[in-house]
Amino acid sequence: MIRALALILLCQLAGEVATRAGGLPVPGPVLGMALLWGLMSAFAPVAALVKPVGEGILRHLSLLFVPAGVGVVGHIDQLGTQALALGLAIVISTALAIAAGALAFTLVARLTGSRDA
Amino acid sequence: MHDFADIWSYLAQGPLLWLTLTLIAYVLADAAAEALGRPPLANTVLMSVVLLGLMLWATGTPYATYFEGAQFVHFLLGPATVSLAIPLHAQGARLKRAVLPVIAGVGTGSLVAVASALAIAKAMGVDMTTLATLAPKSTTAPVAIGIAQSLGGSPTLAAVLVILTGITGALMATPLLNALRLKDWRARGLAVGTAAHGIGTARAFQVHPTAGAFAGIGMGLNAILTALLAPAVLRLFL
Repeated sequence: MIRALALILLCQLAGEVATRAGGLPVPGPVLGMALLWGLMSAFAPVAALVKPVGEGILRHLSLLFVPAGVGVVGHIDQLGTQALALGLAIVISTALAIAAGALAFTLVARLTGSRDA
Repeated sequence: MHDFADIWSYLAQGPLLWLTLTLIAYVLADAAAEALGRPPLANTVLMSVVLLGLMLWATGTPYATYFEGAQFVHFLLGPATVSLAIPLHAQGARLKRAVLPVIAGVGTGSLVAVASALAIAKAMGVDMTTLATLAPKSTTAPVAIGIAQSLGGSPTLAAVLVILTGITGALMATPLLNALRLKDWRARGLAVGTAAHGIGTARAFQVHPTAGAFAGIGMGLNAILTALLAPAVLRLFL
């Protein structure tokens, strides 16, 4: 478990260092995810090692957003007089983005014959 | 003999109390969601946040004190993002068969998320600084903060808008996609991860493992794409 955790943290660290050093627009953990994905694909033992620990962390992904969410409660006044406009923009644009993204995927999947197994 | 106020002031100094309460609030919210059959409205993040917000308000605890305990949970967001490699790896073969649909889905979702939010906010008279802050609201928080800052927006407000977007997406995804009669778990997951980052991805994992894996892909790709797209789209609204 400690070895798996160390490897996951090492990927994150490498990602952070690479984004800072290269001035990349990608966040460190996302780069770390790509790195771990590469390692898992290249070396089967790595996949077996990180799987139980990583799945344990992911099982309660929702929990990890709670501290940041509580922070929002205290800053909700930051929305100020523009609260209604921002609220509407968020609700409508999120609905449009979900619908458009899912429809675009489905359309291209049909055109290219990509079926889910 | 110590009275309650003494014990409280002792506990309030360390991280133990609010770390414990964060976990308890989540366990209660998760149990409530489970008991209700996990309807979209009974979102575990939202319920935990409301419960803890009420506790902070009732005890007059500042957020900084709360975060001393909660930071241990918050820290795991990084390792969790790295761990998204695990479902991606498990779904590798599936993903290979869907490269083009994935590119189309993320590209469309990302562009619509930024452009429609800016169009609506601009039409309602939102000022320029706030538009710059709103543009990256569909990306994961650290990316959104970085993009908002580089566009001249506010980092604190960016974090607020990101969390509100995530919760909104997690709440509306299931009914919206059902109404559109889209049954492909890949399309559903990808769209939610693109529009509502990690909170949407967390919801997708609760619904279906394939949706969760594709949501992770959507979140990761959208972070990169929005960093590239947002400055150009914002310029159209100057």
